[in-house]
Amino acid sequence: MLFERKVLPHLDAAHNLARWLAGNDPDAKDVAQEACLRAFRFFGTFRGEDPRAWLLSIVRNTFYTWLPKNRPFLDSIEISDEALGVEDVSVNADILNAQIGSAQAVRRAIAELPVEFREIIVLREMEGFSYKEIAGLVEIPLGTVMSRLARARKLLQRQLCKEFKPEGQL
Amino acid sequence: MNCEQARPLIDPYVDGELDAAGKQTLEQHLCDCNDCSQEWQNLQSLKKAVRQEPMQFPATAELRRRLSVQLRIQSSLQSRSFWEWNWLATLATGIAAACLILWLNFILTHPSSLELLAREVAASHIRSLMADHRLDVASTDQHTVKPWFAGKLDFSPPVKDLGDQEFPLVGGRLDYLDDRTVAALVFQRHQHVINLFIWPTEGSDSPPSSFAPIQGYNMVHWTQGGMTFWAISDLNEQELGDFAGLYTK
Repeated sequence: MLFERKVLPHLDAAHNLARWLAGNDPDAKDVAQEACLRAFRFFGTFRGEDPRAWLLSIVRNTFYTWLPKNRPFLDSIEISDEALGVEDVSVNADILNAQIGSAQAVRRAIAELPVEFREIIVLREMEGFSYKEIAGLVEIPLGTVMSRLARARKLLQRQLCKEFKPEGQL
Repeated sequence: MNCEQARPLIDPYVDGELDAAGKQTLEQHLCDCNDCSQEWQNLQSLKKAVRQEPMQFPATAELRRRLSVQLRIQSSLQSRSFWEWNWLATLATGIAAACLILWLNFILTHPSSLELLAREVAASHIRSLMADHRLDVASTDQHTVKPWFAGKLDFSPPVKDLGDQEFPLVGGRLDYLDDRTVAALVFQRHQHVINLFIWPTEGSDSPPSSFAPIQGYNMVHWTQGGMTFWAISDLNEQELGDFAGLYTK
């Protein structure tokens, strides 16, 4: 079956994005499964583009539909890129390098990013999409991709350094 | 290039999204500027950290299993709905075809009202010959026959004696055709009997026209002066046509 050959190989990517968006395993499973079933139903609209990008855009849409129903207490997740005020704070390279060595710290730092920054980090770093592909997938202008990604990284660095607890100080 | 110009280019640079010219200028600046160079290295480390394997959450075997079950259910639902749809379409087509056949059958086997009437006329004619009940009033005189109908019919049929043209009137009787009582005039041509049925109609005048013979009897039908006329006989078509022509004069 064409669907199983084209789309299912990207189930790992779909689950990874769903996991980073939803924040926990059970929700990630639900979102990923729902997204794959949607993809199956809408496979007729698949026009031979990059199947991974196609599936991930469905994962995103599924997640943003799922979110208000399952996290009603979360107000709008709309975050203005500018409003976040990530000033050009240069972080201490030593602390950063120390933190980066800890996979757990990096994970936690990514998880604490606002969802739109988390999403763009996943798409760029883990899935390796180009700026242009991200712009198409997230449906934002190319300039926004660049600024959002830069801000996401700044915030991530800051988050990592903030968490840093030098040994012996615990 | 100063730092302010360089900073926004570092991200695209580490992502390999900078064009050749931008790349060259930035690299030049990175060689000259420690701060920006540090920034670049920080970004690279960060990238590496995020890209490392423990950051990934691949799909679990359980999810794959769940999904394959769901997909199987979905695809059977899809194909079933296809077949259900197909089945309905087939049924609808079948019903439409059956209706068409019934309709055609009805059209082809059910005679028109005129044809039904012609059969009635033929049956009346045959009955009048068989039962020897041709005449209620036997008279060759049109002035006897015509008044005889008065009081028996709600109309006065035009009665002509065509004896001079060798279609002598022999009499008249009441008959029942087309759901009403009608006048039947009887004429003779040699040994042939002609029944002429007359009753009022709302149709407009139409000249005599031969009707396809029924059981060997020729028929001519016409409308004149608000009356419809059916002449039937075992006379040949030509002579019956002559009779009709004379009667309409």
